[in-house]
Amino acid sequence: MATITHEEAHVHVHGPELQHQFETPEQQKEAATLGMWAFLVTEIMLFGGIFMAYIVYRWAFPEAWEEAAAMLNTPLAAVNTVVLLVSSLTVALAVNAAEEGNKRRLLTMLVLTMILGLTFLLIKGYEYSEKFAHCAGAKDPISWITGSDLHESHECLVPGRNFMFPSEHGATSSGHGHGAAKTGLMQSGHQLFFFLYFCATGLHAIHMIIGLGVMSTITVMALRNTFSPTYYTPVEIGGLYWHLIDIIWVFLFPLFYLV
Amino acid sequence: MRDFPLFPDQASTFATQVDQLYFFLVALSLIFAGVLPFVILYLIVRYHRSQKVDRSNPVNSNLKLELTWTIIPLILVMLVFFWGAFLYVQIRTPPMRTLDVYVIGKQWMWHVQHPNGKRENNELHVPIGQPVKLIMTSQDVIHSFYIPAFRVKQDVLPGRYTVMWFQATKPGEYHLFCAEYCGTEHSLMIGRVVALPLADYERWLATPGPVILPDGSIDTGRPTVVASPGDPMAAAGAQLFTNLGCAGCHAMAGGGVGPSLKGLYGATEKLNDGSTVTADENYLRESILNPNAKIVAGYAPVMPSYQGQISEDQLNQLIAYIKSLADTGN
Amino acid sequence: MATLSLPQSSYIRDNSRTFTEWLKSWLLTVDHKRIAILYLLSINFFFLLGGLAATLVRVELITPQGDLMSSDVYNRAFTLHGVIMVFFFLIPSIPAVLGNFLVPLMIGARDLAFPRLNLLSWYLYMIGGLFALIAAVFGGVDTGWTFYTPFSSTYSNSNVVMTITGAFIMGFSSILTGLNFIVTIHKMRAPGLTWFRLPLFIWANYATSIIQILATPVLGIALLLVVVERLWGVGIYDPALGGDPLLFQHLFWFYSHPAVYIMILPAMGVISELISTFSRKRIFGYEFIAFSSIAIAILGFLVWGHHMFVSSQSVYAGLIFSFITMLVAIPSAIKVFNWTATLYKGSISYRTPMLYALGFIGLFVIGGLTGIFLGVTAVDLHVTDTYFVVAHFHYVMVGGTIMAYLGGIHFWWPKMTGRMYNETWGSIAALIIFVGFNMTFFPQFILGYLGMPRRYHVYPPEFQVLHVMSTAGASILAIGFIVPLIYLGISLRKGRIAGDNPWGATGLEWKTSSPPPTYNFDKTPIVTEEAYAYPPEAAERDAASWRPGSPL
Repeated sequence: MATITHEEAHVHVHGPELQHQFETPEQQKEAATLGMWAFLVTEIMLFGGIFMAYIVYRWAFPEAWEEAAAMLNTPLAAVNTVVLLVSSLTVALAVNAAEEGNKRRLLTMLVLTMILGLTFLLIKGYEYSEKFAHCAGAKDPISWITGSDLHESHECLVPGRNFMFPSEHGATSSGHGHGAAKTGLMQSGHQLFFFLYFCATGLHAIHMIIGLGVMSTITVMALRNTFSPTYYTPVEIGGLYWHLIDIIWVFLFPLFYLV
Repeated sequence: MRDFPLFPDQASTFATQVDQLYFFLVALSLIFAGVLPFVILYLIVRYHRSQKVDRSNPVNSNLKLELTWTIIPLILVMLVFFWGAFLYVQIRTPPMRTLDVYVIGKQWMWHVQHPNGKRENNELHVPIGQPVKLIMTSQDVIHSFYIPAFRVKQDVLPGRYTVMWFQATKPGEYHLFCAEYCGTEHSLMIGRVVALPLADYERWLATPGPVILPDGSIDTGRPTVVASPGDPMAAAGAQLFTNLGCAGCHAMAGGGVGPSLKGLYGATEKLNDGSTVTADENYLRESILNPNAKIVAGYAPVMPSYQGQISEDQLNQLIAYIKSLADTGN
Repeated sequence: MATLSLPQSSYIRDNSRTFTEWLKSWLLTVDHKRIAILYLLSINFFFLLGGLAATLVRVELITPQGDLMSSDVYNRAFTLHGVIMVFFFLIPSIPAVLGNFLVPLMIGARDLAFPRLNLLSWYLYMIGGLFALIAAVFGGVDTGWTFYTPFSSTYSNSNVVMTITGAFIMGFSSILTGLNFIVTIHKMRAPGLTWFRLPLFIWANYATSIIQILATPVLGIALLLVVVERLWGVGIYDPALGGDPLLFQHLFWFYSHPAVYIMILPAMGVISELISTFSRKRIFGYEFIAFSSIAIAILGFLVWGHHMFVSSQSVYAGLIFSFITMLVAIPSAIKVFNWTATLYKGSISYRTPMLYALGFIGLFVIGGLTGIFLGVTAVDLHVTDTYFVVAHFHYVMVGGTIMAYLGGIHFWWPKMTGRMYNETWGSIAALIIFVGFNMTFFPQFILGYLGMPRRYHVYPPEFQVLHVMSTAGASILAIGFIVPLIYLGISLRKGRIAGDNPWGATGLEWKTSSPPPTYNFDKTPIVTEEAYAYPPEAAERDAASWRPGSPL
């Protein structure tokens, strides 16, 4: 049948990595890259919704924002920023290595990238667990896990029913005789901040986990010698995705930690 | 034709104005939607493949023609845009002197309070020939206050005031609808608007009648009868102002911990971050519920929030009081 | 004619021996044409379901009292109608069915750029649909398809989370389809097929795809936040919790207004194809139609605030949104005038697809003009949230999108199946739909200006006459939708063999066999001419060949 011979001829002429719908490897590569770019645009719009909410509520609760931001662990986040920026470099070097066909260097860089990504997630996880530990009344995550040194919780920054913003951090709580009045909307402002914080960084962390999945796949492919200087599209688009994760963090960091 | 109307009553000053624009749009539409089908009909009959007509030298594009049918519609839509815009600004901008009526929407009823404290549910009595301003808020979800015969509609939101104004022209009873879907009984959140001559309206205002309040309690509905409408609701607000201890800080003569509220309403306030704000209902509301959102320049952010401590009803009274302080300032 | 027969090998035929093998060959296919057929079946299923809900609504509205069903049931019925029709029918209809089938064929490609992603889109669509169905079966949802907060996020006691999850997943299906089309149209065009040689259907789908990838994620995040507020009681939208209900409306309409153009732009693309083919003429003002699609896509992102003129948005914002809304009217008008001009000196035939196309123009003109009424701020204050709006968007969505969808299905049916349907019944159905549609929705304009609010279960008795007219029209419309199901079904077995190009149309899809082979073209075509390249004397020649007894 005509179509089958067509397909056979097609496979015969080009390498096995060329899919049936493409004419040339260049076309396939360009399509994959463009597809990834379009996907990145979509991702930016996804985070755009959260940024929009951020802008609206920051404008509505400027003070709550300032106070709440002061409660985040900025040094840890700064370390994380450096970690991610370095991982961007290693990804770029990985793409470069793939282009030159240097398998050893490609593998090294991929593994380095994954280690850096994992480091980021660990630090992020520590930051999160700090917040959860405080809700449980523990001083830090370690005493929370071991269950020692628990006391009445007076701070819970995880949005939900138990949310409690410590009053000593409120610049305006010391009214004259109206001590308990700093309730209601101010508290909502703090909670909104932390809600958006968990939403944005959580969504970012999910992307990071997906990114790690992508990198491991690429590593396996590299181990199986799938790539050559003429075909390394997965490395390239995987790298693009990784850069996106970095860029989003570069926006999140100042918005939430530095305000 | 009462049983089968094809056109709504015109009972406010806006109604005739909106209808004029509407008829203009209908006329424009008839020119396009009425003529274009005949052009198409003519073309598809004349150039049907069975017709032996001249088909030589068909054209595929013509810049002049394209520009014509770009520019002419553009001019027309700009015309209706500006016409609509002027009218819209007018409808959205209440005049300075109005009869202020407070409206609270809740699932699924409208609660109305008149300046003298007279309350009613699912009905709105208004005098004709007088600009009436509705200051509206919702206790739960978004509603929308809609009087078709007046051609006005405004969403009623929880957590803030929205304002709508009109001037009724014709005595009568008109539909009042909730136009924003608000749950199970949305279609029963209806009522009537009764437009009365001023004398009848004032007589009605003075008639007592029990009314269920938004919080479920029953009010005897005995309005305080006073000379000028506007005072009793403010009087209730003044009482509240004292009871809550507001006067302790907001001394009328100034010099207190908080700024004096005299002549505040409608004025432009300078804030401590250098920006300015017009003291309208929403600003007053925010300053009571969330005092630290905007701090007047020269004052410390020390006022406590009254969120959850006073009802929408009481809030309305406080604001009526603060507004009355502006009147005495004039 | 007797020599015509279906091709030996086509995308429909396969060598599977058992039923399971056959089923697998369809459910795991990566062939864009088979995926299009999968979409065709599932989308039509949802259309019937949405139609059923509409029937319930219309029957209830025959009397002013709520006597057929309780208000809760009524609210669930119109919400089901809206959610199903918007998210599971209108948005995917033309791109996912006709677009999937035709984009690779029209540009001379073997498939879309990412065939497996395409299959994933269909599965996401089905999973989303399943969620919506489960939500409907287990109690339904009563928020209206717009999910306005804080009603949806705090007050409603219905399956909001389930339904929103369905819409959210379906959103990803839509994003992936858009992404696939963009890459395919950019990178997979046959040699010689430059941008300005593309059929206008491709331009329209390209503009649509851009909207899909830019706007859909915003809806996704807006809906996700509703779910979070509902589940964890965190105040994003509910002012009682410190949120802002208008933020939802802004995010929602930032997607949902462009989504209207996701529905109508591909429809306009279909109409351009139909008008040109059945006039035997190159389309008038090709570049203007192409660029007007892009203009609509861009302007469509800047007008979302016109849904919020009465929401307490500031007067200035209202005026700006109104102004830009007026500008959207222009590219739409340009298209209509160009289609009309195409007829001039053409050789016009009244085949079924052309009837749909002509009907589309008529209804779209009314839908578009009443859109101006709604865009003018002062008039909108009165008619927004009334039946005027309901009538307006049905004129655009049903009168526009569905007419074009049906027209497109009839036009490309011979290409999809290799067979012709009964022309007489086709024309009759088109006529029934046109008449039924106008009877259903024109009275609603009058109702709307009278002040009848939308989503009302019971209504004042003076509106009854118009409501009864509308319901009567709806029954005619329903018949009009059922008739094509019958004769198209019959044509699958009994229809005349169509041949490669039954309409004598231009375009690459007509250059391959009907139905096309799996990889579309035995040899990659090389394009040397513009789209709709009918020679100048084509219309004349076509008219000369007409004999009494030939199809009209």
